Amino acid sequence: MAMFIRVDVDAGVVKKTAGLAKKLIEICPVKIFGPGADADSVEVVEDNVDECTLCDLCTKASPDGVKVVKLYEE
Amino acid sequence: MRFYESEAKQLLEKHGIGVPPRVVAKTPSEAEKAASELGGSVVLKAQVLFPGSDKAATTKTADNPAGAKAAAEELLGRKFGGHAARAVLVEKKLASAKVFCVRATYDGIAKKPALIASDLGGTDLDDLADEQPDHVKRRHLSALLPPSTYRSKELAKDLGLTGSALNRMTGVVHRLAGILLDYDLTVVEVNSLAMTEDGKLIALDCHMDMEIEGRARQGKILAELGVDESEARLPREPTEFDLAGAKIDHDDPRGVAGPIVEFGGNIGLVIGAGGGSLTTFDAVKKRGGDPANYAAIGGNPSVKKCQALTKLVLGKEGVEKIAVISNVVSNTRADLLARGVIKGVIELGLEPSEVITIFRAPGAWEADAFKILKKYGVEFCDRSVSISEAAKRAVEKIGR
Ligand code: SF4
Repeated sequence: MAMFIRVDVDAGVVKKTAGLAKKLIEICPVKIFGPGADADSVEVVEDNVDECTLCDLCTKASPDGVKVVKLYEE
Repeated sequence: MRFYESEAKQLLEKHGIGVPPRVVAKTPSEAEKAASELGGSVVLKAQVLFPGSDKAATTKTADNPAGAKAAAEELLGRKFGGHAARAVLVEKKLASAKVFCVRATYDGIAKKPALIASDLGGTDLDDLADEQPDHVKRRHLSALLPPSTYRSKELAKDLGLTGSALNRMTGVVHRLAGILLDYDLTVVEVNSLAMTEDGKLIALDCHMDMEIEGRARQGKILAELGVDESEARLPREPTEFDLAGAKIDHDDPRGVAGPIVEFGGNIGLVIGAGGGSLTTFDAVKKRGGDPANYAAIGGNPSVKKCQALTKLVLGKEGVEKIAVISNVVSNTRADLLARGVIKGVIELGLEPSEVITIFRAPGAWEADAFKILKKYGVEFCDRSVSISEAAKRAVEKIGR
């Protein structure tokens, strides 16, 4: 269970944005996004979430679809 | 990483330094055959890397093949410093007119390669430096440029040599300097460099150690000498702890964890690699602490790697607390290190604020690291607190 980071994904946004699921899986340097149930979705790989480098590549790819939360700031 | 004398002499010979005719024998019968082939008296040396105080007992002489067989039986049948000999080096016994000693190594204070020699060979060079310093001569080499023959000649001249003897000694010293630098050695020493009646210089012995980090670069020569990749060649066999640390490093390629070495103390160390780790280790010792390990990290290890390493260090029997200390680093993220260390502590069911004595890892992303540490109540400091002071705080918390 991740202790320091939470990654929220809006499945609806990912689904309706063409190619976003594939992009998220490709860009995350620490493999936090894995393939979802279908081609237009992703799953958050919980085991990798605390490895998040806070690089913002995912949030830049989809400012509305992905949110990265620093739990230690809450 | 140490070489057997037989291997060291193979390397000397490859570079044109004279060595006695010799055979490596694995059994007493092979030693007998070798003595017969070499003819005359022979010297037999048990091939042991770390004989400790039994060093003197590793060498025997024999005047005939039967004597060589008996000597080899004895050398192969016992242990030296707890280690059995892997073979016996059988060498032709040579007469010498004079014996010198030459060592090529690094001078840690001058931070340069150094050449050290004495005209009183066959005696421990360090003892000589204490007892008869006038007989120990030194020259430094450039840390950047190839070794200069001129420095080797100066050293040879200091030994009182002239003419062809001077030239021959210059050649040997220069080759030893080249061997030191070319093969990533920490030391190459011929303690008994014999000058024969006809003026030739022959290395009667040789001690050679390679930087552990040099192994990856030196695969070709190691293969040539028959050194297997699996051979650690360290003063002691790796413990389960050491092996577990190496496995953590091997299993996750992100960043570096290592060297990870076990000691007998009670304070676990997760420390910045490179010179910072040695500085921290020494600082903890100087402040009266007793390190349980030496676990160096660097190159931005993953959170999982830091977590596994923390669990390893804390899981060792007798370790009560850990200190996380590094020099100022730009290539390792302090926040990822903090996450990993805290995760490791919590996974063991322990309280980070009680177990982590101090966290001093100034550098990249330290502001986020401080937020994490603050949240978990862990004492931390920035670069305004020296490594020495951080070590002092850690030792005070654990008690001397
Ligand atoms: S911020 Fe970077 S590391 Fe974190 S989830 Fe997004 S892409 Fe992955």
